[in-house]
Amino acid sequence: MAGLIGIRGLALTFTRDGTQTKVLDGLDLDIASGEFLAIVGASGVGKSTLLRVIAGLVRPSEGTVTVSPPEPGRRSVALVFQDARLLPWRRILDNVAFGLEKLKLPRAERKRRAQAALARVGLADLAGRWPFQLSGGQRQRVALARALAVEPHVLLMDEPFSALDALTREALQDELVRLCRAAGQTVLFVTHDIEEAVYLADRVVVLAGAPGSIRATHTLDAPHPRDRTAPALQETAQRIRADLTLTDRVAG
Amino acid sequence: MRAHPAATLLPLLGLAAFFLLWEAVPLSGLVNPAFLPPPSVLPAAFLREWHSGQWMAAIGGSLGHYVLGLAIGVGLGIAAGTVTGLFRTAEGLTAWVVRVLRPVPGLAWVPFAIIWFGVNPSAAVFIIAIGVFWIVYFASHGAIRGVDRDLLELADAFGFRSAPERLIKVVWPAAMPGILVGVRTALGQAWMAVVAAEIFGVPGLGQRMMQASTLLATDIVVVYMLTMALLYGLIDAAFTALQARVLQWRA
Repeated sequence: MAGLIGIRGLALTFTRDGTQTKVLDGLDLDIASGEFLAIVGASGVGKSTLLRVIAGLVRPSEGTVTVSPPEPGRRSVALVFQDARLLPWRRILDNVAFGLEKLKLPRAERKRRAQAALARVGLADLAGRWPFQLSGGQRQRVALARALAVEPHVLLMDEPFSALDALTREALQDELVRLCRAAGQTVLFVTHDIEEAVYLADRVVVLAGAPGSIRATHTLDAPHPRDRTAPALQETAQRIRADLTLTDRVAG
Repeated sequence: MRAHPAATLLPLLGLAAFFLLWEAVPLSGLVNPAFLPPPSVLPAAFLREWHSGQWMAAIGGSLGHYVLGLAIGVGLGIAAGTVTGLFRTAEGLTAWVVRVLRPVPGLAWVPFAIIWFGVNPSAAVFIIAIGVFWIVYFASHGAIRGVDRDLLELADAFGFRSAPERLIKVVWPAAMPGILVGVRTALGQAWMAVVAAEIFGVPGLGQRMMQASTLLATDIVVVYMLTMALLYGLIDAAFTALQARVLQWRA
């Protein structure tokens, strides 16, 4: 289990209108190959910011983030946002191919990989549609396909299902488990939904405080597919809830 | 979509009423027909222009100025609007330059056009391009300023980080609807500029109108007014069809 991402002493300070706000502080985290890691925390604790640092969209103020370099034709990380963020002027297949266009692949290869990724999320039939013709759940599947198409070492997901209705959310969670477990895909999944975290992840990191830092880590070894109502999951969920409440009391 | 019969008939009815009224006013003696030629004399005037070859020559000349002036004005408008829309520094630097130059009407540039280019097609192209530039500039600037930052972050996340990549992959496609609105306005504005640009002697519709009006050949003036309306109508219809095709991704 080689480490794909290594974070050491990460701190991040934003400057806005002359005032400095420290969002993250003293973060150490390793993500192993094949692992499904969930990061849980309240809104504003810096979860999404952490993902953006790993994705290279934001530069850390202190510390280092090491991401394993990709082979040709792949990316080391790919990000799925909370909103599907499809490009409305591209048909579905071209949206899936978006990231592939940066990878210097022959056109035919791009098309093949985009079609394969779309088929993996079960939407091969919608290749020629426009984004506005799809439902919210379908759009989020396309966003997932777009990320999978670049065959990332680590799939970064930023509360990807939080804008969906409960039924669609559960369907997509199951689909994610099926897709990633079968392929041994490494996932870093940010969420504020504790149930979602314990259902999906091998390891849950609780991020709390201001500035945000790691408050606790919980390991879940129940095999997949899991039973959402299993006592072991409920128990871990309860402990995570306690971690978060404790922090509130300390911080408040 | 199926149009209601009245929806197609009403405009035609209105047009017919307009021509009837126009015919009635000079015939009734209310206005001297030399000042307002009735529509019934126009076909004969048109045929005279047609047989002398002047009609085709005028259209050829004007279309040349129109297309070239429009292309230059639209191209520069999009380019400048892109730069100031993307970079706050550029927007700040040009803010007052824009305020100084923007209100100058196209016609006011005629003296300079003649001094710089002489009485020849380049001068007409210059005037048309200037008239079109501002419309497209403001439309592009606004559209590019309004591009969803989240889409730029998406481009970032998938490795498109250079300015040309971001322009081609996100900024221009996202701004396209707004830019095209500006271009469509420009299509109309450019015809007005054509008359202004040719009235001082560059061969084309505007010059022919000027010649006719000094001879009090008002019927010929009207023939060219209608010619311009027809050309504008055709071009606008074609552009609207193109626009609908390019923007079919919008709900």
